[in-house]
Order: sequence, then structure tokens, then C-alpha cells
Amino acid sequence: MDKLIIAGKEFESRLFIGTGKFASNQIMAKAISASGTQMVTVALRRVDIDNPNDNLLAAIDRRKYLLLPNTSGARDAAEAVRLARLARAATGIAWIKLEVTPDPYYLLPDGEETLKAAAELVKDGFVVLPYINADPILAKKLQDIGTATVMPLAAPIGSNKGLKTRDAIEIIIEQAIVPVVVDAGLGAPSHAAEAMEMGADAVLVNTAVAAAADPVAAAQAFKLAVQAGRLAYLSGLAGQSKQANASSPLTGFLRNE
Amino acid sequence: MIQDIKTQLAEMNLDGNRNCWTDRLQAIRPEELEKELQNPAGRYTIDRLVRLLSPAAKDFLEPMARQAQALTIQRFGKTIALYAPLYVSNVCVNSCVYCGYNRHTKFQRTRLSIEQALAEADVIASEGFRDILLVSGEDVSFITVEYLAGLAQKLRDKFSSISLEIYPMSRQQYQQLFDAGIEGVTLYQETYDRQLYAQYHPAGPKRDYDHRLESPDHFSAAGMRRIGLGVLLGLADWRLETLALAQHAAYLMKKYWRSAVSFSFPRLRPATCVTEQWPYLVGDADLVQMMLALRLCFADAGIVLSTRERAQLRDHLVNLCVTRISAGSKTNPGGYTSDDPTGRQFEIADDRPPAQIAEKIRSIGREAVWKDWDRAFCDGQGVI
Repeated sequence: MDKLIIAGKEFESRLFIGTGKFASNQIMAKAISASGTQMVTVALRRVDIDNPNDNLLAAIDRRKYLLLPNTSGARDAAEAVRLARLARAATGIAWIKLEVTPDPYYLLPDGEETLKAAAELVKDGFVVLPYINADPILAKKLQDIGTATVMPLAAPIGSNKGLKTRDAIEIIIEQAIVPVVVDAGLGAPSHAAEAMEMGADAVLVNTAVAAAADPVAAAQAFKLAVQAGRLAYLSGLAGQSKQANASSPLTGFLRNE
Repeated sequence: MIQDIKTQLAEMNLDGNRNCWTDRLQAIRPEELEKELQNPAGRYTIDRLVRLLSPAAKDFLEPMARQAQALTIQRFGKTIALYAPLYVSNVCVNSCVYCGYNRHTKFQRTRLSIEQALAEADVIASEGFRDILLVSGEDVSFITVEYLAGLAQKLRDKFSSISLEIYPMSRQQYQQLFDAGIEGVTLYQETYDRQLYAQYHPAGPKRDYDHRLESPDHFSAAGMRRIGLGVLLGLADWRLETLALAQHAAYLMKKYWRSAVSFSFPRLRPATCVTEQWPYLVGDADLVQMMLALRLCFADAGIVLSTRERAQLRDHLVNLCVTRISAGSKTNPGGYTSDDPTGRQFEIADDRPPAQIAEKIRSIGREAVWKDWDRAFCDGQGVI
């Protein structure tokens, strides 16, 4: 399959995995492996980022997976920027999944603060992957200031509701000049396949895998769904038509003359 | 504009004269429960809560538990956060009739100096904790804002999250504590019934019901991220208390939408010199119903359980809808560095060491989470 390129780095897999909700770090490691992913995101609040023996970090093989720290819990731009800088100072990792979510219930992203933080982090040399509402204009502003991707949500985090923002994500995909990673709310492999068929460059999944009865099997199912969705997109599906195409009721007269 | 909580509770008859609610609870029929449980789990209306708290719902605890477990795993993951309390003083100017710290109780009171508190904290940190709760009696002359801010600043090296469970303060004082790195406050109303409240709190500053009721407004406005609410179970009818508690939570969630509300479920326990029989003690099934009803109305609220509860019950509740538990707790100042149990606020029912509790959590299929916050959130502007 074709490769995904983010900030010059190539990825075979178009599935990113979140780490927050697994029953154990061992199960998480197995699920990550089964997913075929090459990018794993970790909440800075959950780990001692400067401690290589941190239980969660130790379960992620850094030779196989790019560790993508995220700023989960940040209420404003200043907090997110501070977290990103401390993480980079401790680890040398300059990639950051930018999350600014002032509302602790639905964890919806604050576009205004996200844009502010992204501008500062890009200027400071970070590779910024911002989590955003499915807002096409915000996506354009972010790519203009130099973020490496945009990551619009399909539905609120952890809701498993699927592509509730489908129409807006379609516009983002149509207009984007950076990879579009659909993040949050994908609850089933079919949702992930749907996003990939639409032309999303990648998807990020956490709850749907971690909360499944068998997270390893769920991870594998997502892997296959993402591959199927990408192949379908590349295949140039015949598409759907609401009308029958056999006759030409409006222009058929041309042939009769 | 949202109506303030005092007016809301008064207009809804939730702070007294609550017979209308008792009647409504009694009148709920099983058919209404069956219908209610078809609705999406996790959204609060008082009508929904009345149904879930009703006596009729007792026969629906199993389906309620299934929904609550699924919702909790979906929103919080298969994880349980761990914290430990650090009692810094058991001196108290209040006279709460149910509490071992009551000013009339004669026992050797203890106040920890900052150095002593840090020694206690070292033990807590060595057990793996990164989340610490500072607890004190209403000892205003010793446990001052300066004391707490000073202690918090020294604790920040070892703990990623510091929260408070002490007497109510002003917004300005909470602001100073937030700036010092304290990010959560727990304050129980004890009972929302004004008349009972007056009986249980005959003297001392805590007599002021309204001041206590409005304190969560003050610390939430000061920016505290974690709002801990609860009632002391045993002081009044638990169903009526839960209605008032939920209304308070819903109010705070709407008004201070950046902060996260959690519920605690302290049940009256025997304490030093407090041996009376209480008329409203809450049984295990009641406690479970209360937790499940709140979870099914508040998908994202933290549900917190202390070592007041016995080990076996805690292990079952962890599998239902609990998100955060204490472990290895010592409820007397100095308890971590000495074996002398004098001056405990309440008896510990789960005295297993933290590592053993974490192991048990794993065996239930949950990851024990020691760290779920980062001190970087609290660092001042200077770091940038």
C-alpha cells in the first residue's frame, strides 16, 4: 500500500493507537503489536516522560513505534505549550499531538487556544499534530501556520459514535494540503474503514480497542479495516448514483435526430 | 443566567421539607424503570434520578450495574486511579456530633510541622503514590494558607497532583492555593437538610450551612480543576441527599465547565468517642444503588471510594463504576511514620498495603494508575 508521509517521515501503517484506557500495559503492548501501527500516542499527564522505566513507556518499544506525546488535560494554550516543551526537554521528541480541551466532560477541543499553541510550537520547531473540531476553516489556518497534520474528530472522544462529522470532514479532506487524521469517536472498524474510504490519510483509535472485551483482536480488526478502507479509496470506487444511468431522458433526443 | 445553588435547592425543596420527594420516590413503578433504562446512559435529569433512586429500582440493580460498568469503561478506560490522604492536623474548632475530631473529644491532638508532613509524604511517595490529598480539621490558626501553600510547593517535586480536604476558605485564599500548585478541593456538605445540618453542627464556624454550600463556587471560581462533592452517609435519608447532591453537581458542571466533578461516598464509621446509633445508616445495597444511579446520570463524574469501606466490598465496587480509590491510608496525623493509631478520624476497614491493592485491581482486569496529572500543569508562567 502507499506510504503515509508526515513531516518527511514515512509510515507503512495508517492507524495510530492511543494508550490511555487499557486494562494492563501488557495487553496494551499486545494490542499495539496486533494493530500494525507505527505511531503510538501517550498522555504526558499519565507518564513520567523523563523516566525510561515508567511502566507505560517501558511497554512501548521505541524502535518499532514513534512515540507521540499528547497534551491531554491542557485547558489553554499556555499549558499545552509548557507540557510540550517539558516533554521535548526530557526526551528529545519534538513531535506533539496538541490537545487543548478545557471541558473535562466531552473533551472537545478549543480551536482558538489550539491555533495559538500551534503557532507557538511550530515557531519553536515542533512537529505539531493538532486535535480539532471538524472545522474546515480552522484546519486551513492550522496548515497555513505549518502544522504537520490536522486531526479532526469524528465524534466526541470515547463516544464510539462513528463519523458524526462526516460532511465537514469531507470538506477538510477535499481542501487539505497536509495529511488528515481522523481522531476520536471511531467506535468500530467499519467507522475507520468509512473514514479511509472517504480519503482520510489515517485514523487514530483508543477507546474502541482498549475497551473491547478482546483488545488484541479489536486492534487487528482495525488494522484490516484501515487497510481495506485505504485500498478502496485508491481503487477509485465506482461510487453511488441515485439515478439510473441507462437512458438519457434529457439529451436522448440528440441521438434520435 | 444560572440560578445560584442556594435558591435552586430552596425552590426545589431539596434543603428541607423533602416529603414531596419521598412521595415521588415511593410512587415509582417497575414499568417506569424498565422504560428509563432504555434511555441513553449518562445524562442527568432529576426525573431520571428519582426513578433510579426509587425503592422500585432495587430490583433493577443488576441491569443498572451492567450499564454503569460499560459506561465507566467507555469513559474512563479499564483503569483505577490511586491516591493517599495525608492528615496534617486533627485539631478542630467544630463540634460535629458524628466526628472524632469534635472539639469536645478528649484525646492527644497532633499538628504536623511542615518537616513532619514532608516525612509522612516521603512514606506515601515511597509506596508509589503521585496523587496526594491533604486533610485537616478546622485548625485555622495553624493550618493556614501559608502553611498549605508552603507544603504544596515542597510536595510538588514528588507528587504530580495535590488536592485538599479541609475547612471552607475564601475565593482569594483558594486562589493562592491554586497558584501554589493545589489543583483540587473536596468539600462535603455532610447533609443538604438545613434542619438536620443545624442539629449535627451545634457550634463552631461549620454551623453556617450557606457558607459551606457556597464554598465549591469559591474554589471552582479560583480555577480548581477537581471538585469533590459528597454527603456523609448516615446523617439523613440517602435518597433525598443524593437528589440534592446531584443537583449541586449539575449546577457546578454547568457554571464551572472547565472543572471536573467527582462524588465521594463516606459512610459513618465508628470513631474515637463517637458510638451513638445513627438513624439513617446506609447499607451495602443502598450504597451500590446510589453509586449506580449517579453514574447513570453523570457519565464523566469521578466516583471515589476511601478505605472506610472493607476490602471485599471495595473490590466489587472497583469492578462496577468506581474510578479512584485511596489505599494504605492513615487517618491520624503522623500515622505513616509511627504505628500509634491515636487520633484517627475514622477506622480503616481496608488496611491492605497499596501494592497489594494494586495487584488486586490488576486481577480484576483494571490497570492501577498512580499518575494521572503532571506538575507541569501547575507550574507558573515563568517556565515558558
